[in-house]
Amino acid sequence: MTWRIILEVSFFAAVLTALAVPLGLYMAKVFEGERTLLSPLLRPIEGAIYRLAGVNPYAEMSWTRYLGFLLLFNFWGLLVGYLLLRWQNHLPLNPLHLPGVPGALAFNTIVSFVTNTNWQAYSGETTMSYFSQMFVLAVQNFLSAATGLAGAVALARAFARKEKKTLGNVWVDLTRSVLYILLPISVVVALVLVSQGVVQTFHPPVKAVTLEGREQTIPLGPVASQEVIKLLGTNGGGFFNANSAHPFENPNPFTNFVEAMLIIILPAALCFTFGRMIRNMRQGWVIYGVMMFLFLVGAFACCWFEAQGNPLFSRLGFSSGPNLEGKEWRFGAIDSALFAAVTTAVSCGAVDSLHDSFTPLGGLVPLANMLTGEVIFGGIGSGLYGMIAYALLTVFLAGLMVGRSPEFLGKKIEKREVKLSLAVVLVPAFLVLFLSALAVILPAGREGITAAGPHGLSQVLYAFASTANNNGSAFGGLKADLPFYLWTTALAMLLGRFLPLAAVLALAGSLVEKKTIPPSPGTFPTTGWLFAVLLVGVIVIVGALTFFPGLALGPILEQLLLSRGRLF
Amino acid sequence: MARRKVNLWEPKLLIQAVKEAFKKLDPRQMARNPVMFCVEVGAAYTTAVALGEAFSRAPEASFTGQIALWLWFTVLFANFAEALAEGRGKAQAESLRATRQEAMAKLITPEGIKVVPATQLRKGDVVLVEAGDLIPGDGEVIEGIASVDESAITGESAPVIRESGGDRSAVIGGTRVLSDWIKVRIAADPGSSFLDRMIALVEGAKRQKTPNEIALTLLLAALTLIFLLVTVTLVPYSLRYGVLPSIAVLASLFVCLAPTTIGGLLPAIGIAGMNRLLEKNVLAMSGRAVEAAGDVDVLLLDKTGTITLGNRVAVEFIPVGDATETEVADKAQLASLSDETPEGRSIVALAKKYGFRGRDLADKSVEFVPFSARTRMSGVNIGNRRIRKGAAKAIIQWVQDQGGEIPPDLEPKVEAIAKAGGTPLVVAEDKRVIGVIHLKDMLKGGIKERFAQLRAMGIRTIMVTGDNPLTAQAIAQEAGVDDFIAEATPEAKLARVKEEQAAGHLVAMTGDGTNDAPALAQADVGLAMNVGTMAAKEAANMVDLDSNPTKLIEIVEVGKQLLMTRGALTTFSIANDVAKYFAIIPAIFAHAWPELRVLDVMRLSSPENAVLSAVIFNALIIIALIPIAIKGVSFRPAPASVILRRNLLIYGLGGLVLPFVGIKFIDLILHLVR
Amino acid sequence: MLKDWGRCLLFFLVLTVLTGLIYPLLVTGLAQLAFPHKANGSLETKDGKVIGSYLIGQEFTSPYYFHGRPSASDYDAMDSGGPNYAPSSRSLAEEVEKRYHALTKENPGLTRQQTPLDLITTSASGLDPHISPEAALIQVPRIARARSVPEEALVKLVKKYTRPRWLGIYGEPRVNVLELNLALDRYFGSPTAGVNRNQVQVHRP
Repeated sequence: MTWRIILEVSFFAAVLTALAVPLGLYMAKVFEGERTLLSPLLRPIEGAIYRLAGVNPYAEMSWTRYLGFLLLFNFWGLLVGYLLLRWQNHLPLNPLHLPGVPGALAFNTIVSFVTNTNWQAYSGETTMSYFSQMFVLAVQNFLSAATGLAGAVALARAFARKEKKTLGNVWVDLTRSVLYILLPISVVVALVLVSQGVVQTFHPPVKAVTLEGREQTIPLGPVASQEVIKLLGTNGGGFFNANSAHPFENPNPFTNFVEAMLIIILPAALCFTFGRMIRNMRQGWVIYGVMMFLFLVGAFACCWFEAQGNPLFSRLGFSSGPNLEGKEWRFGAIDSALFAAVTTAVSCGAVDSLHDSFTPLGGLVPLANMLTGEVIFGGIGSGLYGMIAYALLTVFLAGLMVGRSPEFLGKKIEKREVKLSLAVVLVPAFLVLFLSALAVILPAGREGITAAGPHGLSQVLYAFASTANNNGSAFGGLKADLPFYLWTTALAMLLGRFLPLAAVLALAGSLVEKKTIPPSPGTFPTTGWLFAVLLVGVIVIVGALTFFPGLALGPILEQLLLSRGRLF
Repeated sequence: MARRKVNLWEPKLLIQAVKEAFKKLDPRQMARNPVMFCVEVGAAYTTAVALGEAFSRAPEASFTGQIALWLWFTVLFANFAEALAEGRGKAQAESLRATRQEAMAKLITPEGIKVVPATQLRKGDVVLVEAGDLIPGDGEVIEGIASVDESAITGESAPVIRESGGDRSAVIGGTRVLSDWIKVRIAADPGSSFLDRMIALVEGAKRQKTPNEIALTLLLAALTLIFLLVTVTLVPYSLRYGVLPSIAVLASLFVCLAPTTIGGLLPAIGIAGMNRLLEKNVLAMSGRAVEAAGDVDVLLLDKTGTITLGNRVAVEFIPVGDATETEVADKAQLASLSDETPEGRSIVALAKKYGFRGRDLADKSVEFVPFSARTRMSGVNIGNRRIRKGAAKAIIQWVQDQGGEIPPDLEPKVEAIAKAGGTPLVVAEDKRVIGVIHLKDMLKGGIKERFAQLRAMGIRTIMVTGDNPLTAQAIAQEAGVDDFIAEATPEAKLARVKEEQAAGHLVAMTGDGTNDAPALAQADVGLAMNVGTMAAKEAANMVDLDSNPTKLIEIVEVGKQLLMTRGALTTFSIANDVAKYFAIIPAIFAHAWPELRVLDVMRLSSPENAVLSAVIFNALIIIALIPIAIKGVSFRPAPASVILRRNLLIYGLGGLVLPFVGIKFIDLILHLVR
Repeated sequence: MLKDWGRCLLFFLVLTVLTGLIYPLLVTGLAQLAFPHKANGSLETKDGKVIGSYLIGQEFTSPYYFHGRPSASDYDAMDSGGPNYAPSSRSLAEEVEKRYHALTKENPGLTRQQTPLDLITTSASGLDPHISPEAALIQVPRIARARSVPEEALVKLVKKYTRPRWLGIYGEPRVNVLELNLALDRYFGSPTAGVNRNQVQVHRP
């Protein structure tokens, strides 16, 4: 069992690394405006987009302008998306004649998709028309990913440039993200998925009469196209309620592998994009190494706990085997656990199994992955900038130890950088702590907790960890469609997304103006083992210190009680 | 050294610090330090709760009371650390100030000379200082020349000459004029002289946090805030299980999690850094400058006095033509007998090795010819023998003028010496050129190793010299500096500082002349010599009372040590938290969820003892670390990666492990006592 | 300023058309061209009528067929999802007991230790089309009895329709229940030929 886990996890990691390096370098070329293989095909389209929208692709932007446009762009996404959801009954491509989405749910949903969270308080099959799926949700799957990419790229430029004022052009970064990176991969992989059985059609649901003569309505839709971008853009919002556990979204172990790879590939590749853009590939490798290490530890732990299974079953006299409750048989416990580790290390949130039914310690891994602030690969773009914020804090905390005021990649870390990095790292933590406390104390919040005992606390903690860090996966037992949760999770998603994003661009604006101190033997080394260890330490300790009480009173206590046969 | 060093554990200082620690409990003062302020609030609240419990005769009053007590100790220990550092600074400043006896000044007014107390002088006043008077304040000589005893400030007993104009015009308050008289224009209002400013800095009256300290304080405040939230959210979490943790336990948890160790010691570390500079007789004008010293990665060092001893020494006599070495030694010594310059003396001394000693020229008809700028040589006339030594060009001219022949091997020999970084002096007697004296710049002992260490630390050294490029290169090579500026002018220095800064470097330099001022002001760390001009001192952000340019290297080390101490204790403080969690969390739920005892890895004797042990450890560790905070972490020049590995092992890993041991130990004692 | 707002909206709309319209249309077109069967749901038809999708599990309750895993929605394909039981919930324990008793009723003599775990746990989608080969094998005696065919023939069929792990490590060896049941009918005749369909519809517990 242990060997199978090691084999599965390490083969996955090896394939990931092999793909991430060239893709990362390609992305760096794209963002630096260099010619790539796809340029002949895409250049004309790119130019047409700028002309159509009437934007100037040559203007360099200061951080305020860059951020301003980015926020405005997201604001329009929110507003237009909200209205389209509300009015989907008046719009085409609604074969089931679904009504308009109710206000609070529509708001929660559009916030969820704009913030790259894809927390879903609804069931896709019976709430969203094909039009809404395509024109609102899938669109935001692209655009929220592009927003994250833009943030990370702007930050990379801030390190690469010396004593400049500008961070690039937001229109160009968004357009290239979509056109050169997200779209080509999506089209190709969507066809791979279709070849495996993922549906892609505009047909209305099909009525079938089963072998035993029952009626079964089989839902269809443009699933593959949305499936790919939901994963690639680390969004996670499924076409169907069952998300990637649904056989039409994820029909076999091969697609499961491909889908997990899709989730993690861009955040992983971005490490190398960053390394290439700052002309310091070693730094890219170190960041990648740190992320990979934390990921592997979590993935292995999760697989191991799920393979061990739930002690409840052996207590009831059944064989002690893997925990299969809430898992698809074609994936089994280990692949499901690996997928869970991937989708939470990356702030994707697509699920191929019910995290709520994981063993307490198996479920602790996804929770912990999110609580570290989604920096273990993390969200597309946001994972990298979150990790860099952690790196800045690490340099600041420990860098003084070498007797120089701290610097990262030659940029001095001063009050402003510390403040902004803290905002990036601590805003989600604040939100999780505050809102989870509110939920367990207010009747409106307690009403939504379906599990008694420690698991109830885990449910709440998971919900806010997921939304504040823009993951989107859930311990599904929580009644997420109660007004209390609709509003609090929307708040967590909005603040958890845009405060750090704004802080990152402010950080970029501050860094880009600094001169670059050339490295010397006296410089705090950030490209070696020592720094990697230190960075891991800071992430683990800051995360552990902040959430130790919650984790102790939730999953850890639950496991302790469960192993003694205590049920709730 | 004129002043004695202050002992850290001197009883008088300790008592004073204890008193100050209580005075500092004033919340208005505490608010400057957000971490400790929060601890104080927690302590006060817990005390109130304890009192309430005591009145209602609740059984937990004793426990709450003990927690409250230890929380107060935590605050007091932190205050004590700060007060102790301040006390040391003050004591050092006092001993400096003691040298400044209250002087009377002869103020020159339109109505004539008026005698006023020195404290009434204002910037711009002109005073007359005569032999035997104390100079009433820092200022500049505008008229006259006098010898001044500056030993009170510098510890150097030899008097120095101060005169108007030029580079020797600055005088320091508290020094004494020994002969003649000078008129001095006072440069600073009372209370703002260099010494006053430095005293204010260490006394904390004007202490401003340095940029780095501000950022660190911000980080610590944010961590404190998040741990406060962690503690507060524990209430609803536990209420879910029908458990309400007591205020004492919550306050304990919060105080243990908050970075109190570094928060408590941060001010002491800063003050101690200034103190260490003061111990080295360097006045820093701001804490910022001390910090910048740690960041410096380029040093502009004056050759003379820093790299070389400052005097050239004769190392070899080289004969030319048909002369012998002994002959050269003989003639060179004769020519130098009356030459009282260090070079002259070294020639005499070297010649003694050839057996020429104890010459008595009194009975001969001897006439000494001193050096003059016109002839550019010096020597002696004995009867009608004329012996001269001087620069090659001057001597050649002199010999040729008399119709003498120049031996063909002279020029190559002279050139060889210059190429090797030495100065050739040619000796001639009448029409005959005898030989060449090789004068060499002598490197200070150990300077080469020092530069190697600096290079390992990532600091480049640039030698600044007035020598020609050839000589400069030879010396640079010998001393092991990374680069040099030859035939340096003040403008060249300034240009170099700017150039290095543009490339992202932080530059430190020394200077003393008025024309050094722009470069001193431009440099990130400008160290002015105390003997230098007022302008130089004003432009610099540090003044070395000993006027020893080598100090710059020590200053860099002090700056680095300051930053290292801060980083090490921050890392230690945060690593500490892990163990405290393992002590307190199981204790809180000991009754509701005995299963959580699995987390009690230290196997503490009881929930109460667990909490108490954590709090006591947290308080005592502050006291235990005071010596490190004040003396600084041990410093050895090494590359950053080596230093990091070492400190990470000691303060990171140590910080993680030590509290497990410490808390267990305290728990054992508590278990025995209670 | 106002111009910026307008430009930004226009830019947003251009990208919306690109990603929300052109992209799915392009993928749909290519998919329908290249993989029409898969793209339309891998549907199986019998006599021109859709009898289901190979990928969507169906509810089987009659003794003539292999049964799938427990489903939270009784294989209602319009209501995918699972019950989200907490691992420590009493309801999960009760539910597992219930599922086990239902199993022993259909397959008498099945001990707890022999019970394949996939048959007493619900899937995540509620539409899991697969079961483990073990789960199929424990049903063999029942089907053999109901259909009066030798068990070995059924065991062979199960083996034939067992798919291995991907690359030998990923996923689990699995049997597609619909596929297997269709094979049953193909090899041993449809029970509807001899039996009234209505009788097959055993009532749910």
